[in-house]
Amino acid sequence: MLKFTAEHEWLKLDGDVATVGITAHAAEQLGDLVFVELPEVGAELAKDGNAATVESVKAASDVYCPLDGEVTEINQAIVDDPSLVNSDPQGAGWFFRLKLKNASDADALLDEAAYKELIA
Amino acid sequence: MDDQILKQTPLHALHLSLGARMVPFAGYDMPVQYPAGVLKEHLHTRAAAGLFDVSHMGQVIVRAKTGTYEDAALALESLVPVDILGLKPGRQRYGFFTGENGGILDDLMITNRGDHLFVVVNASCKEADIAHMRARLAGCDVSLLEDRALLALQGPRAEGVLAALWPDVTDMKFMDVRDALLHDAPCIVSRSGYSGEDGFEISVPADQAEQIAKALLEDPHCMPIGLGARDSLRLEAGLCLYGNDIDTTTSPVEAGLEWAIRKARRPGGARAGGYPGAARIEEDLEKGPVRRRVGLKPEGKAPVRAHAGLFAEDSPESPIGEITSGTFGPSTEGPVAMGYVPASLAEPGTRVFAEVRGKYLPLVVTALPFITPTYKR
Repeated sequence: MLKFTAEHEWLKLDGDVATVGITAHAAEQLGDLVFVELPEVGAELAKDGNAATVESVKAASDVYCPLDGEVTEINQAIVDDPSLVNSDPQGAGWFFRLKLKNASDADALLDEAAYKELIA
Repeated sequence: MDDQILKQTPLHALHLSLGARMVPFAGYDMPVQYPAGVLKEHLHTRAAAGLFDVSHMGQVIVRAKTGTYEDAALALESLVPVDILGLKPGRQRYGFFTGENGGILDDLMITNRGDHLFVVVNASCKEADIAHMRARLAGCDVSLLEDRALLALQGPRAEGVLAALWPDVTDMKFMDVRDALLHDAPCIVSRSGYSGEDGFEISVPADQAEQIAKALLEDPHCMPIGLGARDSLRLEAGLCLYGNDIDTTTSPVEAGLEWAIRKARRPGGARAGGYPGAARIEEDLEKGPVRRRVGLKPEGKAPVRAHAGLFAEDSPESPIGEITSGTFGPSTEGPVAMGYVPASLAEPGTRVFAEVRGKYLPLVVTALPFITPTYKR
């Protein structure tokens, strides 16, 4: 199941684990990324708290945590090559995996149709 | 300020037609980037040629009422610690207006146009600069050229791109200024710029600016470049952005711009002093400044941005200064920055720290520029 936030993150849900990244729209708005900083595995993140930082030539931007949970895995590939986020934001450019505190919290997030309407 | 109506340059419609993302800058609606994006625009300028709209900058004529260059030059020397009298016709120099405390009011380019001066000042300062000159240069007429655009054409292919419109360009050297007809429009071409590359700044009549810009962009080597890449290019080249790296609180010597103050204007020179803040600047020249603008290379991959605090150690107890410009350098393929540190820590190789998101990241003081300029001297 794919969910979205108004802060332009996507979540792919598999049971109580969510893979999190930024949307194609966000990646395009940010421009070519040159630096990515990810949370540490094991970090307990709160909904709307800072989860990651991305930087283009122009500016740094925060990536927020969409739900409460614990980071179980990070995508080192985007740290080594931030351009992956621009070339494949909703695939190889994923950021981290989150074990959700309450899997049902995801129900309140946007579905794809609602997100598309938001950015239209 | 939010509801202020933004001014437009004569190339505004062209920017929109090229798909630019527009942002407010110094009161103008300006292109920050085109569809290629800042990274590719930056690299393209260093590899081929980039065309920038810098029409927001102030183009000003300073003419002595006596009609002689010498009187205009001597008058402007009362505001700028640069040897303007010694500037030959058709040549230009970099300079700055200084304040009474020795700080920098603005930086500018000054050209000897035979019987008058042509100066180019920053967009954000142009009203203040003109008021300052009108108040202090009683023997001169100071006029802002409102009916001209300013294009910058930068990069190793710039000469070839411009030569298609004006073959004589190949005779020009760095900081030469000539009259030229481009598509029958009377233009002023200078071999200069702010990217660290060979290139040109071209003053063109406003009503022919779009036609000339389009003609330059017809060359497949030439691409439109926004303010985003202009900033990363000038930072890699170690050039100051007024308002960031230099302002009313920085003396030219602290800023490392003392090379622009030639012998004739230094103590013992033929026309020493005689400009605002001379006492402070001469003291800095003689004793050395207490702090210095330096290049800073972060050791890690994270860019360190303007206003990040600088520290002698990796802890908050040892503040020493501030980053004034910082980004990721597309050509250096890593982060680059500039900032002010105490003179004792200004030696290349010195390690300092910047606070970024609560962490203290190491940076190494590095000689400027970060790239090798390709000016055609």
